[in-house]
Amino acid sequence: MSSQDNPEKNLPTAQDTTHGAVDVADEKHPFADPGLPPHEHRIQDIDERAAKRSERTVALLFTLSMLATIGFIASFVAIPVEKMVYIFPLGRISALNFALGVTLGIALFAIGAGAVHWARTLMSDEELTDERHPIEAPPEVRTKVMDDFRQGAKESQLGRRKLIRNTMFGALTLVPLSGVVLLRDLGPLPEDKLRHTAWSRGKLLINQNTNEPMRPSDIVVGSLTFAKPEGLDEHDHGFNNEIAKAALMIVRIQPDDIKDKRTLEWSHEGILAYSKICTHVGCPISLYEQQTHHVLCPCHQSTFDLSDGAKVIFGPAGHPLPQLRIGVNDEGYLEALADFDEPVGPAFWERG
Amino acid sequence: MKKLSARRRHPLAALVVLLLALACTGGLYAVFAPADKAQADETAQSLTIEEGKKLYTVGCASCHGTGGQGTSDGPSLVGVGAAAVDFQVGTGRMPAHTSQAAQIPDKRTIYSQAEIDQLAAYIASLGAGPAIPTEEQYSPEGADIAKGGELFRNNCAQCHNFTGKGGALTHGKYAPSLEDVDPKHIYEAMLTGPQNMPSFPDSTMSEQNKKDIIAYLGEVNSDKSESPGGMELGGLGPVSEGLFGWIFGLGGLIAVAVWVAARTAKAKKS
Repeated sequence: MSSQDNPEKNLPTAQDTTHGAVDVADEKHPFADPGLPPHEHRIQDIDERAAKRSERTVALLFTLSMLATIGFIASFVAIPVEKMVYIFPLGRISALNFALGVTLGIALFAIGAGAVHWARTLMSDEELTDERHPIEAPPEVRTKVMDDFRQGAKESQLGRRKLIRNTMFGALTLVPLSGVVLLRDLGPLPEDKLRHTAWSRGKLLINQNTNEPMRPSDIVVGSLTFAKPEGLDEHDHGFNNEIAKAALMIVRIQPDDIKDKRTLEWSHEGILAYSKICTHVGCPISLYEQQTHHVLCPCHQSTFDLSDGAKVIFGPAGHPLPQLRIGVNDEGYLEALADFDEPVGPAFWERG
Repeated sequence: MKKLSARRRHPLAALVVLLLALACTGGLYAVFAPADKAQADETAQSLTIEEGKKLYTVGCASCHGTGGQGTSDGPSLVGVGAAAVDFQVGTGRMPAHTSQAAQIPDKRTIYSQAEIDQLAAYIASLGAGPAIPTEEQYSPEGADIAKGGELFRNNCAQCHNFTGKGGALTHGKYAPSLEDVDPKHIYEAMLTGPQNMPSFPDSTMSEQNKKDIIAYLGEVNSDKSESPGGMELGGLGPVSEGLFGWIFGLGGLIAVAVWVAARTAKAKKS
C-alpha cells in the first residue's frame, strides 16, 4: 500500500488495537463499542488430524464431482434418447433426461459443497476490519491529471486546428444517427390493419375441423364450432397473422333466449358468430358455457354474455366481443355479410 | 378315446356332458330358429324399454318428470338420446345428489351397464337423439394422433388444458380432468355436451375427428402416457413450474444457506 493510495490525512489520526472502536461511552456514543470479540480457533486450527479429515472430505467431494461428470458423459453416450423408465414419484420419464439431470446436479453440488466445507474448516477465518476512507484523489493527483490533459490538448493542436476539431465533433455527432435510422425497421405504422380482418361480404365460414363450409342445420343449439374465412389456408405464409384477427367462434342459442335485438338481427336463426380474441389483451377466448351462454377468458377471467351482445359481465375487458354479421348464401352455406364493424382484440390508442 | 372312457366315472363327468348337451341344443336352436329373430328382437327391445321405464320411474322421475318432460329440478330428457344417458349414468353423474350445486361431479356408478342400457333405451324411445357409439367409433385404431392433438388444442384445450388435465370455469364450475376417462364416455360427451360443455356434433366435428381426439388423449393422458421430463405439476406449463422453482428451488437454497451459517465451525461452541 503506497502512501499515494492511502495518504496520511485520510486515515484516522490515532489507530488503536481495537480497530477504531470507541471503548468508552461519552455523550456522542452513549454505548461503548465492544470491538471485535477475541478470535476463537476451530478444531481444525488446533488438531492437525481434524484438519486432515477435512481435507479428505473436501477432496472426496471434488472427486465425487469428477465421477459425476464422467457419469454425465457416459449417460449421454450410452442411454438411447427414446428409453423410458418408471421412477417414483416422477412417473414414466426419459432415462436419458433423468441420468443427465442427476449426474450434472451431483457434479455441481459436490463442487459447491466442497468449496463451502473448505472455506469453513480450512481457509483462514481471522476477522479483519477494512477502514473506509474518502474516494476522492489527493489534490496533487488531480492537478497532475488536469495538467496532463491540457498538455495533451496542446500537443494534439486541438485548439489551434479548428477545422479538425469541428469536423471531428461533426463526425461524432452523426455516428449515432445510424442507430437511430435503424429504428425505422420497427415500423411502418399499422395504418388501418388493426381495424380490418380477412372477413368481408360473401366470404364463406369454413369449419376449422373439417375445412368445409357449413350449413345452418350443421350447427345445433348448444354446440361450439370454430371457423376461418374462406380462402385462408393453414399452410399460407401469413396464416397466423390473419387468423390472429379473423378467428371466429360459432354458437347457436335459441332465438327466444337472445336478449339483445342487434345480436339476434346479426345472427342467422340464432347462429351467432363472435370474434374469438379477447378485447382485454387478446387471448384466444372460447371457454363457452352452453347453459349460461357465458364465455370466459382464461387469462384474466373476463366474462362475456354471448346472448346479450357479448357484453362484459365480469373482469377487466373494456369492450364487448365484436360480432360478425352472418347470413346464408344462395347455395345454403353460412357466409359473412360484412367485416367486423369494429376493431377486434385489445383496445389501442387511436381505437376510439 | 381310451383316455376319455377311463374318466367316464369322474365326479365332474356328468357336468361336462350336461354342458355339452346344452351347448348343442342352444347352437341347434340358434341355427334352426332365425325366422323369429326380428320378432324376438323387437320384443326384447320393447321389454328393455319397459325395464328402463321402471328404473326411470324409481330413480329419475322425481327430478326429470314422470314422462321425461323435465321439472324445475331437472331438464327435459326428450331427444337427448341414449348417448347422453350412457354418459350421465355411466360416469355416476346421474342420479345427482342435488340440482342446486354449481356442477354435478362424477362419482361411483350405481347402475349396472345392463340397467344403463335399459334406461338409455327408454330415454331414446322418448325422442330421437344420438345413439351410444360403437367400439369401432371410439377405439383409437386407425386414428391420426397428431391431427387429434391439433383438433384437441383448437376445440377442447381452452377448458380441459392441453393434455386434458382439466381447469376452472366461472362460479364454481370446472372442466374435469380427462385422465383415464373411458373413451366411450369422451365420445359421448363430445356428442351430447353434458352440463355446461358445448356439444360437438358429427356435423361440425366428424366421427374421424372424434376418433383422432380420443387417440390423442390416450397418448398424452392415460396410464400409458410418457412424460420425458417427469413431474408434470398439473401440466400447466410455465406457471406451475415457475412457482415450483421459486418456492422449492430458491427456498431450498435459502434453507441450505441458513443451515450452513447456523452451525459454527468453532471448536468451542457458544
